[in-house]
Amino acid sequence: MKYIIEVSDLKTVFGDKVVHDGLNMKIKEGEIYGIVGPSGSGKTTLVREMLMLQEINSGTIEVLGYNISNINHIQAQELRQQWGVLFQAGALFSSLNLRENIALPLIEYSDLSRKTIDEIVDFKLSIVGLKPNDASLFPSQLSGGMKKKASLARSLAMDPKLLFLDEPTSGLDPISARDFDALILKLRDILKLTVVMVSHDLQSIYDTIDTLAVIDDKKIVYEGSVDNISTFDNEFIRTFFKGYI
Amino acid sequence: MDNASLEITNKNNRLFLVFAGELTLYNISKLQTKIETLNLDQSEEVILDFSKVTFFDTASALMVYNLQERTSQSHIEFQIVSAGKDITDMIKLIKMHKDKTEAIKRLKKKSYLEMLAQLLYSKYLGFLSFMAFFGELFINTISYIGRVKHIRYKEILFEINENGIKAISIISITSFLIGLVVAYQSAYQLKLYGANIFIVETLGLSILRELAPLITAIVIAGRSGSAFTAQIGAMKITQEIDAMRTMGFEPYKFLVIPRVIALMIIMPILIFIADIMGMLGGMLIAYKDLDISTTLFIDRFSDVIAAKHFFIGIFKGPFFAFLIAVIGIYRGLGVKDDTQSIGINTKKSVVESIFAVIMCDALFSIIFTNLGI
Repeated sequence: MKYIIEVSDLKTVFGDKVVHDGLNMKIKEGEIYGIVGPSGSGKTTLVREMLMLQEINSGTIEVLGYNISNINHIQAQELRQQWGVLFQAGALFSSLNLRENIALPLIEYSDLSRKTIDEIVDFKLSIVGLKPNDASLFPSQLSGGMKKKASLARSLAMDPKLLFLDEPTSGLDPISARDFDALILKLRDILKLTVVMVSHDLQSIYDTIDTLAVIDDKKIVYEGSVDNISTFDNEFIRTFFKGYI
Repeated sequence: MDNASLEITNKNNRLFLVFAGELTLYNISKLQTKIETLNLDQSEEVILDFSKVTFFDTASALMVYNLQERTSQSHIEFQIVSAGKDITDMIKLIKMHKDKTEAIKRLKKKSYLEMLAQLLYSKYLGFLSFMAFFGELFINTISYIGRVKHIRYKEILFEINENGIKAISIISITSFLIGLVVAYQSAYQLKLYGANIFIVETLGLSILRELAPLITAIVIAGRSGSAFTAQIGAMKITQEIDAMRTMGFEPYKFLVIPRVIALMIIMPILIFIADIMGMLGGMLIAYKDLDISTTLFIDRFSDVIAAKHFFIGIFKGPFFAFLIAVIGIYRGLGVKDDTQSIGINTKKSVVESIFAVIMCDALFSIIFTNLGI
């Protein structure tokens, strides 16, 4: 089995607060991997470290075969073009409209003609369920759900192998959230994506996730299928999955 | 019964505490002092009677809990009688949460020396991070200039328009007024000596060399420096900067360098405009107040004011622009994840860039004087 991401013996320290200590994690190709844990347990920090937005203190993280603490500038740029990231609040560039937001990586990294880029943008907009008319809107004119979809479209612009989702359904109403889950599943199958997602939404965890990792007390306390979670005894898991197990 | 009361009786070293009324946080402070000053040395047993209590809140439960702790420390029997279920439950609840919170120790109070050391260390870290920012800016500028294709002309032109062209009116008005004020004040003094014509030297030197560059820089620091900080700070809060990084777009190339270059290009032009407007203001006063015609003023101006004064003023422009842009952007990137930090950093950016500009100006003054220019 090929691993897309391998984290071993990771340690993260903020000042005198230890966030991760001896954290290990393996993410297989093609799966939807969910990370849950109590707030402040370092889920987002872990993802930020994988994304090279935050330095790690010790241990190693390998993403798509690159060891990210020992990577040169050119390799880092290659790696960044192979993943897409959906931030919690969308993080669309506020000075650009939707079309420009999605087209930006294509313009920067490819020498495609303007016409081809426009066609790609239209396609990406339609697979996430946005209308071509929405393309001229600015991020401030979008609703929460549209922002998430637009941001997803942008993260898919370069046809990444790996997609990071930080709380994709937070702030969405239940119907939009379920639609979004279905969308993720559909995209995974069409585009052969590996998805890493941080979530608090139980329904979305049950619907989408193949492998679940629970971070508690600085390390991964559970890594495996959602169905077996009930066999595991941990205070956070018991409270979090109450009613489901 | 609205008021709480407490009767304490002592029988054969057995203390009876009889509570009555509504025990709430509004009225138990008196009871609390009574209990705290209670002398337990002689007692063997403390008995609390709640039979007459009509209401009991968490503050009262806390009081009872503290008394119980005291008795158990000095090995005295403790007993609660005729308490309803509400009261015993409340005390249990307090006990449960006390046990949880007791484990966490209070933070140690810091000594002044420690605080001073911490302050110095944080300043040192701040200095290091500013140096790191400079390093990154330098490296990125070199790779930026190396690849002409990648220069973001559109962004640079956009920033020139935003920070330069749109600032022309305010800079014109400000420097016109400065020229007016300086001329007016000097005119009064010069008239005393009948040295009216020297107004040209006074104005030419002070405005071209010092005032126009400085006023322009201060206006730009307040206008663009703060805008840079707020803009980039907001982008940091909405994670736009993170998004850029994960997409492999270096924020230095996209946000920093275009702004720095734009400001460095437009600043000398703005200073030139400020020169013109300042001299116009001066000319107006010279004509009105000192009866120097514009023709005479301009003739005299070209005779006595060497071109080097003008060039020195213009030469300072890019340096001031660099300082303003770099400080504004550095402060913007320093914004943390809260809105308050935008305010703090914007304030710092304006104050620091004005300070840096004046420092730089002083430095230039010394250098040019020593070089005999």
